[in-house]
Amino acid sequence: MNIERHEIEKLATLSRIAINEETINQVSQRLSSVLELVDQLQAVDTSGVDAMSHPLQANQRLREDEVSEINQREAFQGIAPDTEDGLFLVPKVIE
Amino acid sequence: MHNLTIAELVQGLQSKKFTSVELTQHFLDRIAELNPDYNAVITVTAEQALKAATAADQRLAAGNAPALCGVPILHKDIFCTNGVRTSCGSKMLDNFIPPYNATVVENFEQAGAVVLGKTNMDEFAMGSSNETSFYGPVKNPWATDCVPGGSSGGSAAAVAARLAPGATATDTGGSIRQPAALCGITGLKPTYGRVSRWGMIAFASSLDQGGPMARTAEDCALLLNCMASYDDKDSTCIEREVPDYSASLNSSIKGLRIGVPKEYFSDGLNPGTETAVRSALAELEAQGAELVEISLPNSALSVPAYYVIAPAEASANLSRFDGVRYGYRCEEPKDLEDLYCRTRAEGFGEEVQRRILIGTYCLSAGYYDAYYGKAQQVRQLIQQDFATAFEQVDLIMGPTCPSPAFKFGSKGDDPVAMYLEDIYTIATNLAGLPGMSVPCGLVDNKPVGLQIIGNYFDEARMLNAAHQYQQHTEWHNAAPEGLV
Amino acid sequence: MSNWDTVIGLEVHVQLATKTKIFSGASTAFGAEPNTQACAIDLAMPGTLPVLNKQAVHYAVMFGLAIDAEIGKESAFERKNYFYPDLPKGYQTTQLEKPIVGRGQVEIQLADGSKKNIRIHHAHLEEDAGKSLHDGNFRHGVSGIDLNRAGTPLIEIVSEPDMTSAEEAVAFAKKLHSIVTSIGICDGEMSQGSMRFDVNVSVKPRGSDTLGTRTETKNLNSFKFMEEAIAKEVERQIDLIEDGGSVIQETRLYNGDTKTARSMRSKEEANDYRYFPCPDLLPVIVSDETIEQLRRSMPELPDARQARFVEQYGLSEYDAGILGSDAPMAAYFETVTDQSGNAKLAANWTMGELAGRLNNEDISIGKSPVSAEQLAGMIARIADNSISGKMAKQVFEAMWAGEGSADEIIEARGLKQVSDSGALEQIVADVLAANQAMVDDYINTDEAKRKKKLGGFMGQIMKASKGQANPQQVNQILLQKLNELL
Repeated sequence: MNIERHEIEKLATLSRIAINEETINQVSQRLSSVLELVDQLQAVDTSGVDAMSHPLQANQRLREDEVSEINQREAFQGIAPDTEDGLFLVPKVIE
Repeated sequence: MHNLTIAELVQGLQSKKFTSVELTQHFLDRIAELNPDYNAVITVTAEQALKAATAADQRLAAGNAPALCGVPILHKDIFCTNGVRTSCGSKMLDNFIPPYNATVVENFEQAGAVVLGKTNMDEFAMGSSNETSFYGPVKNPWATDCVPGGSSGGSAAAVAARLAPGATATDTGGSIRQPAALCGITGLKPTYGRVSRWGMIAFASSLDQGGPMARTAEDCALLLNCMASYDDKDSTCIEREVPDYSASLNSSIKGLRIGVPKEYFSDGLNPGTETAVRSALAELEAQGAELVEISLPNSALSVPAYYVIAPAEASANLSRFDGVRYGYRCEEPKDLEDLYCRTRAEGFGEEVQRRILIGTYCLSAGYYDAYYGKAQQVRQLIQQDFATAFEQVDLIMGPTCPSPAFKFGSKGDDPVAMYLEDIYTIATNLAGLPGMSVPCGLVDNKPVGLQIIGNYFDEARMLNAAHQYQQHTEWHNAAPEGLV
Repeated sequence: MSNWDTVIGLEVHVQLATKTKIFSGASTAFGAEPNTQACAIDLAMPGTLPVLNKQAVHYAVMFGLAIDAEIGKESAFERKNYFYPDLPKGYQTTQLEKPIVGRGQVEIQLADGSKKNIRIHHAHLEEDAGKSLHDGNFRHGVSGIDLNRAGTPLIEIVSEPDMTSAEEAVAFAKKLHSIVTSIGICDGEMSQGSMRFDVNVSVKPRGSDTLGTRTETKNLNSFKFMEEAIAKEVERQIDLIEDGGSVIQETRLYNGDTKTARSMRSKEEANDYRYFPCPDLLPVIVSDETIEQLRRSMPELPDARQARFVEQYGLSEYDAGILGSDAPMAAYFETVTDQSGNAKLAANWTMGELAGRLNNEDISIGKSPVSAEQLAGMIARIADNSISGKMAKQVFEAMWAGEGSADEIIEARGLKQVSDSGALEQIVADVLAANQAMVDDYINTDEAKRKKKLGGFMGQIMKASKGQANPQQVNQILLQKLNELL
């Protein structure tokens, strides 16, 4: 199975990873190799088999609705790349 | 002192043969001297360690010392440590100093352990050779031209080189057991949900599990006693009492039924490894265990299923690394998209990027059913294989890895060659079962591991079998030349 | 009559009135300083994990019970993947395959009195995103991210495309508002974004069975904007098609201030959300016992309350419809009625003077400057004839201005109505004596036209009594005295 260039570009956009022109062929080749591996799954008959999302049979625990967190803005923003007036700054968001 | 086990260190500290400060300084000196050869430790917290050791000595003197009081350990750099850089082996988090502790880190602090520093690892725990770390590869103390295994290669190499008597590690597809095998130490991946994942940086949430590494099963039991806990901050952590894993170590294994899956002794297995594993099984049989040949018919599917599920989960788990709130941010982004795309292209290494792309592919419109949906069904089949097997046997044993440590770069350009390294370990992660690796021989003077797989929450029985094996063999005491 | 049918479906985001976030113990209180209520989990710090808020689950179940829906006894969370700076994890934790609330329905009433059922496809639990601020004190060319709102629990209610006009859509939206505020799962504060509407609109040739291409106008936070946005979008689509063009499926934004809409910059691939089950959260089980417990403790629903208002207080259907649909207003009205003992006056004043004033000044009834107790005190004085309706308006104004209780204001301003007949007879007699010309004029006027002359005397008498004379009594005494002179 060979993954096509436009598919790589789409994956790169979806996952927000810039892929440069020099490496795109190599990326494509290596991804194709992995997809060849996982394509072994296609041959398996799984009719009637439930999908398994969790290794254990357990149910979600529920938390009481009580405030347990204190304001730690200073600590968190101390390790942030760019902040001002308590806000995290990013290049202008255009909707 | 560095040749003593944790059990012996605890005794030595409590009987005042040496102090924690002496012990801690000894290991810090060893790290300073030897670590440059192995690159196993990437952050040394000498000052904090000596401070903790001083406090531990006071508690030891006062006679109210908790279980691991004064014992030096290392944490894999995947566990968040308050005030200490937690990089996950990535440029993305090279500058990340978390303001909180992982539950595992808290548990060791409660138990009085002294943290010497943080160990190297494959970037975001993605790798089987430690070659993907931003901080450079870890070298195997048994043969420095060979890999230590991964992703917990730093922890494994550090324990093997006696830079610490024990270390924490994590295992998503074999990341505790494979490096333990390749470095000749003992490592245990507990049942999924036994150890809290809070503060443990996620790779694949439904597969990740923290566990201990040490030289002996007895020491792993001591570490697991502390590491395992119920944690209400982790929804997938199981509310179940933690037994004393040390209590049953000395039980007899007479009548223990050991399943030997025929699929684990197939063509790809190194003959030397096979011989070592078979003789370990013979040793256990000699002690009264019963060997039963079993079949895990869907074993071969575990690698392809894993390389859909793990990258899919990872692709979402790693989206938070976007250069907005913490971690790496690219220089001078020209707009928001540029900020995202360059931060992630520059901050993540090649293997991490590849897995994100694969995971994205498997979840994307039109492919979900064929890949992700299918893999989740195959996961069910793999779990059923084990359930059937455990109706007949108490433990399952076989090789941990297909062969001993390989040379750097020897897996070439094809990522799949590396992925097959985990062929015997991945299935237990998919099923959520506990697994461990115990040193059982040397091939070309490189260690080989015996893998022990248990039923859910049956870690005590696994440790018991491993300990009994180690009572009658010396492989766990073997050390790389010049390191004893 | 138009040649086109309009088809409208709504997705309604309702912020649940929990104290904490859906997956963390951080406060959800509105109006805090930026990022002071965003904890490690809300910021998606590495290694952090979600634990589900019990109250959020219970509130969602209560909504399901209120619309008579199937309750998802086993629901599950999934991850919806997309990058946006106000979405810290890079995915939204939401429900897709197994929502907590299944099919249900809501009855709406239209202006002409007709009723219609709107089907609910499902409602699911999810987390809210943070906010991007584009204009602040910060540098040019950047946006500021505030994550206080990130992780606030929401239910997203998805309707079937059962509405055919803006009026129906607004009636449906108002009914949902009424339901969620009545059962107390949402504060209903639209201006704070507690309820937001995404409107799917399409048009098709009149009578056609084939649906047209729809557009989605996102994030409308007032009924008025919603009505305007729908009207504009319907018009735009019809014009487009009639001019030979075609509608493209897109997401649009409506600006209520400029009354204009525009297409959001859309990326084709941005629509691939790659949903998959969230591995950090386990199946959510709601037991029959919990459902029954919640059912028993459910506050009164608006329809039941309206019926009760007619029955218990003798209100008209119309009045009961207004007072009963809004939970805080209903509670206010009932307090006023209980304390004043006069339902009719309580209804008139609550819907009239009070609601009008609150509406004008854009104040919610919960923050009314005049409390229900104060209004009840005033109504009691109207009912016992201590003050006239005209005086009551003055008293109301004074209460609004914070001058105290009705009795205090009546006392302070000397507003008390004079109902003592002796005193009133004296005032009337004095006025008649002082205005002999008017009296003569009255006597000489045709009997049929005399009534019109009474106003002049009344004005003089009220003036003489400084407006405090009880008008009904004065009227009686005046007529009696004038008749004696005939």
